[in-house]
Amino acid sequence: MSINRRQFLKIAGASTVLGLGGASVVNSLKRGGLEASQMSPDPKGLVAKRWGFVVDVSKLESEEDYKRCADACHNIHNVPVFKNDKLHEVKWIWKEPFENTFPGTEHEYMSHEFKEKNFLVFCNHCAKPACVKVCPTKATFKRKDGIVMQDMHRCIGCRFCMAACPFGARSFNYLDPRGKDTDGTPLIKVENKTFPTRMIGVVEKCTACYERLSIGQQPACAEVSNGAIVFGDLEDPNSEVRKIIATKYTIRRKPELGTQPSIYYVIGGSEHA
Amino acid sequence: MYNSGKIIAGLVVFLAFFAFPFYYNLGKANARPEPKLNTPVIQQLAEKKCVESRDFMRSEHMQLLNDWRDSVVRDGNRIYVNAEGKKHTISLQNTCMNCHSNKKEFCDSCHNYMAVKPYCWSCHIQPKEDKS
Ligand code: SF4
Ligand code: SF4
Ligand code: SF4
Repeated sequence: MSINRRQFLKIAGASTVLGLGGASVVNSLKRGGLEASQMSPDPKGLVAKRWGFVVDVSKLESEEDYKRCADACHNIHNVPVFKNDKLHEVKWIWKEPFENTFPGTEHEYMSHEFKEKNFLVFCNHCAKPACVKVCPTKATFKRKDGIVMQDMHRCIGCRFCMAACPFGARSFNYLDPRGKDTDGTPLIKVENKTFPTRMIGVVEKCTACYERLSIGQQPACAEVSNGAIVFGDLEDPNSEVRKIIATKYTIRRKPELGTQPSIYYVIGGSEHA
Repeated sequence: MYNSGKIIAGLVVFLAFFAFPFYYNLGKANARPEPKLNTPVIQQLAEKKCVESRDFMRSEHMQLLNDWRDSVVRDGNRIYVNAEGKKHTISLQNTCMNCHSNKKEFCDSCHNYMAVKPYCWSCHIQPKEDKS
């Protein structure tokens, strides 16, 4: 059988219409129940143009103070704690000495106290995040409010983001986080039943407590930090973070790399500097 | 026909072997799954209704859960307004499993029957159940 061009176009046109019509009928049947439905943010949630942090470690005096912040985060987010097996460690927030926090800025005349001071470091929620650029699955992505989010459902564990992040803010689950430490104790001592764990083979990091912000709570680390960690909207000139940045001398980690971190560290300076 | 005896015998043996699963299961009623709804929380409900109608949940819960997941993780939207205009908090662990605290008798009864293994529970914490 042979058909001419006109017949061919007629048939093609008719089958396209039929095909499209058919698909829409099937779709509306299938999703019938969802039509009138929708999703929306919780009105209690905190909103901002660009979330950021100010960290003032002069307010952290003892070892306990650092630990309280890190434990608050790791406990509520079911982060496995490797006491012995440091090679496989997973961490969202931890302390780091000056020379590792701000490499290249230490010098021989710096006060001993400053050199020895520990800083609290976690994901910087960079404005130009290197991790997001390299992620092949968009598992890590930037939200409209500036949070660099991690979608554990999509992460394939390629670890490109870990290679790209200049701050070591990301950890890979080499082992099952629900497993046991080398001494036989569970890695997650007490599960927070309202939050998931992760599984072997995915990358995790600080998510700026997106789950707490969405119901109107402050990040857990900020809440227990006695004012050492302040959280707020960097784009709002009246926010507390902006007020501190305006009155005190603050620096960011590795600004020369151009990722534009959203954590500002208070370095000395008085209230009226 | 050459070797017809052998060929026919061979065919009979082959068919008998090939059809084994069919007559093995013949007459055996394969009990259909009966997901249980008698959890304490559900019993307390004034109106025993899931976030959407039973038929919708039966056939579409997997799609709904996928949409919920993307809504929370990607868009930060945590409130679900259902077909009747009622609001629910989007959360597998805190909303779904709060009512369906009997995962073994609810989720697993159908999933095992259908031989599907959803990987939700690799990360989401399932409710603690007394019975194994
Ligand atoms: S600190 Fe690292 S992980 Fe966090 S946004 Fe910046 S580049 Fe990404
Ligand atoms: S490890 Fe996961 S988050 Fe990181 S780049 Fe690969 S897929 Fe993306
Ligand atoms: S903001 Fe939340 S997730 Fe990030 S370090 Fe603090 S407590 Fe952990």
